[in-house]
This record gives sequence, structure tokens and C-alpha cells, in this order.
Amino acid sequence: MLYFTKWKAALVLLVCALGVIYATPNFLPSGMLPNETSYLPGKQINLGLDLRGGSHMLLEVDTDSVLRERYDALADAIRTELRQEQIRNRPREATENGAEITILRAEDLEKAREIARTAEPNTELAGEGNNIVVSYNELALKELIDRAIAQSLEVVRRRVDELGTTEPSIQRQGENRIVVQVPGLDDPSRLRAILGRTAKMNFHLVNTEKTAAEARSSGLPPGTMILPSADAEDQAAGIREYLIDRRIVVSGDNLVDSQPTFSDGRPVVSFRFDAAGGARFGDITSKNAGRGLAIVLDGEVISAPRINEPILGGNGIITGQFSVQEANDLSLLLRAGALPAPMQILEERSVGPGLGQDSVEAGEFAAILGLVFVIAFMAISYGRFGVYADVALMMNLILVLAVMSVLQATLTLPGIAGIVLTVGMAVDANVLIFERIREERRNGRSIINAIDAGYRSAMSTILDANITTLIAALVLFSFGSGPIKGFAVTLAIGIITSMFSAIWLTRLLIATWVKRSRPTELVL
Amino acid sequence: MKPLHLIPDDVNVPFLKFRKVFYIISLVMVLASVGMFFTKGLNFGIDFRGGILVEIKTDGPADINVLRDNLGSLGLGDVSIQEFGAPDDVLIQLQRQDGDEQAQMTALATVTEALGENVTIRRSELVGPKVGGELKEAGFYSVVISLFLIMVYIWIRFEWQFAVASVAALLHDVLITIGFFVITGVQFDLATLAAVLTVAGYSINDTVVVFDRIREYLRKFRKMEIPDLLDLSINSTLSRTTMTSLTTLLALIALFVFGGEAIRGFTMALIFGVVIGTYSSICVASPLLVVLRLKRKIPEAEEGQEANA
Repeated sequence: MLYFTKWKAALVLLVCALGVIYATPNFLPSGMLPNETSYLPGKQINLGLDLRGGSHMLLEVDTDSVLRERYDALADAIRTELRQEQIRNRPREATENGAEITILRAEDLEKAREIARTAEPNTELAGEGNNIVVSYNELALKELIDRAIAQSLEVVRRRVDELGTTEPSIQRQGENRIVVQVPGLDDPSRLRAILGRTAKMNFHLVNTEKTAAEARSSGLPPGTMILPSADAEDQAAGIREYLIDRRIVVSGDNLVDSQPTFSDGRPVVSFRFDAAGGARFGDITSKNAGRGLAIVLDGEVISAPRINEPILGGNGIITGQFSVQEANDLSLLLRAGALPAPMQILEERSVGPGLGQDSVEAGEFAAILGLVFVIAFMAISYGRFGVYADVALMMNLILVLAVMSVLQATLTLPGIAGIVLTVGMAVDANVLIFERIREERRNGRSIINAIDAGYRSAMSTILDANITTLIAALVLFSFGSGPIKGFAVTLAIGIITSMFSAIWLTRLLIATWVKRSRPTELVL
Repeated sequence: MKPLHLIPDDVNVPFLKFRKVFYIISLVMVLASVGMFFTKGLNFGIDFRGGILVEIKTDGPADINVLRDNLGSLGLGDVSIQEFGAPDDVLIQLQRQDGDEQAQMTALATVTEALGENVTIRRSELVGPKVGGELKEAGFYSVVISLFLIMVYIWIRFEWQFAVASVAALLHDVLITIGFFVITGVQFDLATLAAVLTVAGYSINDTVVVFDRIREYLRKFRKMEIPDLLDLSINSTLSRTTMTSLTTLLALIALFVFGGEAIRGFTMALIFGVVIGTYSSICVASPLLVVLRLKRKIPEAEEGQEANA
């Protein structure tokens, strides 16, 4: 029926009023927003990184390396026990699939398997011939990986917090990925630099038996390794690699603080150990005066100063050819701690603040212009009813803004396009209804009858048409990433709100007009 | 003032009479699109290919040639450099670097360093080989799944001939829109893929409106020949079809002209898709119903007789 019951009319008006109330904060300058204690809504739409500027990075934690490390340690533990039982064995290269050990005498195999089986809970034993392979079961693996990711998240959060930007978001995605979103970042290269590094720092003694070059030609002494040098001064002096003891004399885990500072006018990085680390550091430096102490960061020697005197206070500095920026970054990384595993940046999308602002302005302008075009066109084509449709159209925009503010959905640049597209499509429902009313009038129905029939018969068509578009929007939402999700969101919200505004609101307006002025002629 | 009736009330275009012409036009367009897709291929953006994109703003008009020389000599493979919306706005794209994700990172650092301090970096994007592959896969599935879901919905709501015809029209629109990208060489990225899916939604929307009317008339005009009935349905919804297409196009054109360079490809796809979607729902989808031998639901007894005959 064309006429509205009072409560139905009230409901429609209530929805409109709520829309206006919740959309209003978006038009207020931030200074005028109601504060949190106010009962008025103060939430503005969340702008996506492409509109407010900032960086999005997708990182992948190399969980295989975590497993390799764990299995390496496990193999070591098992071999210690085997040695105690005098079982001769040989280690094999650690893989992410398990700790592998070769037992040399066949008669020891039974006993060795027993030792391996009980070495650690939640493991499974496998292996062919005289090989033993111990691997974690699914539950233990999951826990191991979860812990590594949780740790990585924490370290990433500490590092990003050091950048001092507001509201960074750091979230796990899928099994081994982390999404970092930092709004309002001017220089993404800084973020790249501090996220791309593991920052595992350890102190090793430089081996004195041979130089790296000698070791390369005549073989490594036991318990040593060759690492490349990353020190520009070394490279200038022709030193490319160091032969260092494998044993870690002091671990970076013992660091409690690190700051960038200056020494002789050059940027350096100072550090401080905890009590245990400080004591070990003092001990080592007392006993090894004259030897080189290699500071190893992520598998590279960043500096290898000669130990001139015991360093007892637990403080030290790292000198190297640092720029101020590099010294800042290194101290930041040391403060925030090492990642449990290396991370790779799989994807980066950064937008500068200037472009974001330009996009918002361009989008706003285009949306308003599109709106004006459509409003004019509807008024020209459908007269009074067109104006009603225009009122509904504007109400629809307000509702979209309101719903997005309440849901705290993110508005992106494609999202603005989605809104503009809904402007064009929202009037479709009204076009369908009005065209139908015209037809019914031509078929000789009375005004009220024609209007009523127009709404009634257009209903199922509107529903069908909108549901198919909604399907496309929902699929886009579940598959799309970032900005595209924003498009799907505005499109979906726009379709749903347009059903309300284009059907119920125009109907209320028309019903009120018919009731008030009792038209005898319908100009449509 | 009398409102404007863009389409006269008594419009009666014999669309069905020309259906063979439409079939030929459509067939040519679809075949050309598919053929070009396999020979020339889409100009995939870095979203799907992997690679690096940097948008910069220079002090005063940019010298593209100097930039090309500078960046071309870095040994980073193909570098595409183009003006982007304004003389001092330049878009730089690098092909995916050989090697893993780290190689992409290094290349991006090299480029930003080579650009120096005098330019402002407005945007930088990096898509590693892993993510590029995943996005391509997700994009493919999203197209297939939405087409499938739309088909299921139509199947539930209409008889099978309608479902087949609307999906045929839908595929027609999607293929030709993709063909448009192949021919123009406009870059195909995540945003344009979203546009293609929206075109799918729009196209089916347009078709459904006409089909709803056909279904209504099938019940109403029991004696009318099917081709005449289809013509009548198309003509009675013609005003609505053009009105909605026009309002949508008006909004889109505003977006195309003033919405900024970044979403121009996206709006272009939508504009093209709306035009082709309108054409297909009038000239392809409904005439196809004749080919599919749409019949009125015949009472069972009669159907039996027909089978005997």
C-alpha cells in the first residue's frame, strides 16, 4: 500500500537521522570532534594508506631457518649423549626436516635409536639404514613456528615503535607472514632498512693460527669459520674476510642498551651489557689482549678491533664507517633485539603524504561533480519524482559515510570510485520504479494505483539486480587486497543502503506528497 | 515543465530482426579479444608480474630522456618511464628482477639512490615474485568464483535458458573488456581486475532487468510469438536501460576526467564495460533466448502429445 503507517514512517526518518548523526564527524575539523566522553559519535572514516600516505609491507618469516637451528641444537644434544655411551657417530648437515645423525657401527644402532627417541618429547624417529632422523611432531612444529612468529611480531613492533609514528599496525597473516602498516611515514626506505635485517649480533674472537686467505688454501682449523667483512675501512685495506672462532664469546642477547653517539667526530654505536654479559666481556678482554674481537652482525663482520685493554664496565662502542643514519639504525636494531629468524619483504606499497592528499581532493571533486551530473539528469528526466530520487541519493551518500564510520571501514582510492559508482547505480532502483509508474499510467491506472504498482512490480527486479552486483562485491572483498577491499566495501555498503533510500525514502516522500496535495495529474 | 523522455514512450525497435547482425558483431569482437589475448597478451602491471613501480615528482617539467639514460644504465633490465598526468609527474616501472625477493629490494634501493635528492618520491611499490604469483592466482579464482555464483543465482531465479543466455552475455562482456585492455595496451593490474568484476556485476544486473520483464510477459501475453514478446520486453525496458547506463556513465566520466591518474585505467575499464554491458543485454542476451528455444511452460499432458508426434 502506498500509505505509510505512522511507525513505519518514523522508522524511515529515524534511520535517516541516525545516518546524519553518524556521518557528521566526517565534515567537522578534528578540533571540533566530540571527545570520547561525549555521547555524540565522534568517529571519522578510516582513510587507507593510499589516501593518507604511509607504508604497507608484507613480510615473510623464514621459519625453515628456525627449524634448522632447532634441529642443529637437537642433533648436538643427541650426539653428546651418544658420546657418553661411546657410540661413534657422524653429524649430517642440519635441514628443516629433522636432526640427522649417522651411526658408524651397526651394533650400536638399537641403542642409538633409543637415545634419540627419548632425547626430547614430542619428537618422531625415522631414518633408513644407519641414519637416524629425529623430527618434531605436528603439534610441536606448530608451537615452534607460532612462537617464532610471536617473537618476530614483538621485535618488529619494537622496531617500528622506535620510528615514532602514530598508530602503526602489525599483524600476523597466514602461517608465517606479518603485515606492517605505518601511516604517515615520510621515508619508507628507513622502514625497509630496519625491517629487512635480522640484527643477530655476536662477539667472536678472531683466529690467530691462520689468516682467512691461508685457511682458504690449506683448510679451516677445527672450530673456525670464514665470514666476510662489511667494514669499509677493512675493504680499503684489502681485508675481505676474517677467520674467526665459531664459539660465541658474548652473545647479543646480553645487550641491554645501545645508543648512537660520536667518537673522534665520527658516528659510532655504544652498547651496554647486562651483568652476566658484562662479566664475560671483561673476562674475555682481560685474557685475550692483543687479539682481534670480531663483532658479527647477521653473518658479516662489521668491525674487528684489536683488544688493547680489559673492558670491565660492560660498556663498549662499535666503530666502523657508519653514516649518522646507519649508526642510528644499528643502535635501534640492537635495542629492539634480534629476530628469531630472517625475514623477507615480499611486497611493499608506500604512498607519500602529498600524493594521498592529491588523491583525496581529486576523488572528492570527481564524486561531487558526478553527483551534480546525476542529480541534474534525474530532475530533468523525472521532474518532481526525480527530485525525490535526488534527496534519496544524497541520503544514500550520507548513509554510506555513516555506516563506514560506525564500522570503521577503511576508505581507499578505489573505494572513492566505488562510492561514485554507487551514485550512478543507486538511482537505478528509482529509474526502475519511475519507468514502471509511467507504464502503469499509460495503461490507464489511477495515480495512486500506478505508483503502488510501480513500487510493487519493480521490487523483485531491484532485488535480483542488486544481489548479482553484491555477489561480485563480496567475492572481491574476500579475494582482494588492501585498496581493492576498499572498493568492495563501499560498493557493497552503497548497494545495501541504496535499497533503503531508493525504495523506502522515496516512497515516503511520494506518499506524503500524494496525501498532502491530492494530485489529479501526474507529471512524469 | 514536462520531464524529458529520452526514449519515446511508444518506442518499438525490432531488435530481433537484426539479431544475426548482432551475433556477427559480437562473435567478431569476442574472437578478436580471445585471439589477441593469446597472441599479444595483456600488459600486466607489477601486481601480477612482480616488479617495482616508483612515482616521482620533479622540480619543474621532468626530462624523460635524461631519466631514461640514468636509470637505463643501472643494469636493472627493462625500465619503463612515462609522464603520469602532469609534466612534473613521472611513473617509473622496472621489470621483475632475477632472483628472490631480496633482489627486488636491492633494485628499489638502487633506483631511489640514482634518482637523488632533487625528486620527491610520491609512491613506491614493490611486488616480489611470490606475491605476484599469488595475486594472479587469487585474481583468476575471484573471476571464476563470481561468475559461477552469479550463474547459480540466476539459475535459481530463472529457467535454464535465462541462466545460459545471461552467462553467455556476461562472458561476452568480460572477454571483450579484457580484449579492450589487450588492444589498447592499458596496464592490467589489481584495480582493473576489480573493474572487470564490477562490469560482470553490472552486465548481469542489466540483463536481469530485461529477463524479469520477459518472464512477466510470458505469463501475461500467452498468445504472442516469442520473438515479438522479446522485442516488446526489450522495448518496454529500453528507457530504464538507457537511463541507468547514462547516470552510471555520467558519474564514471566525472571520475575519469577528474579522479586522478592513479585510477584512470580502472575507470576506463568501467566505462567501456558499462557500454558493452548495455549493448549485450539488449542485443545479445535476449535474442539468444530464441536460439535456446525458450518456450512457455506447457502443461504436462500437452508435452506428452508433443513427444508422441
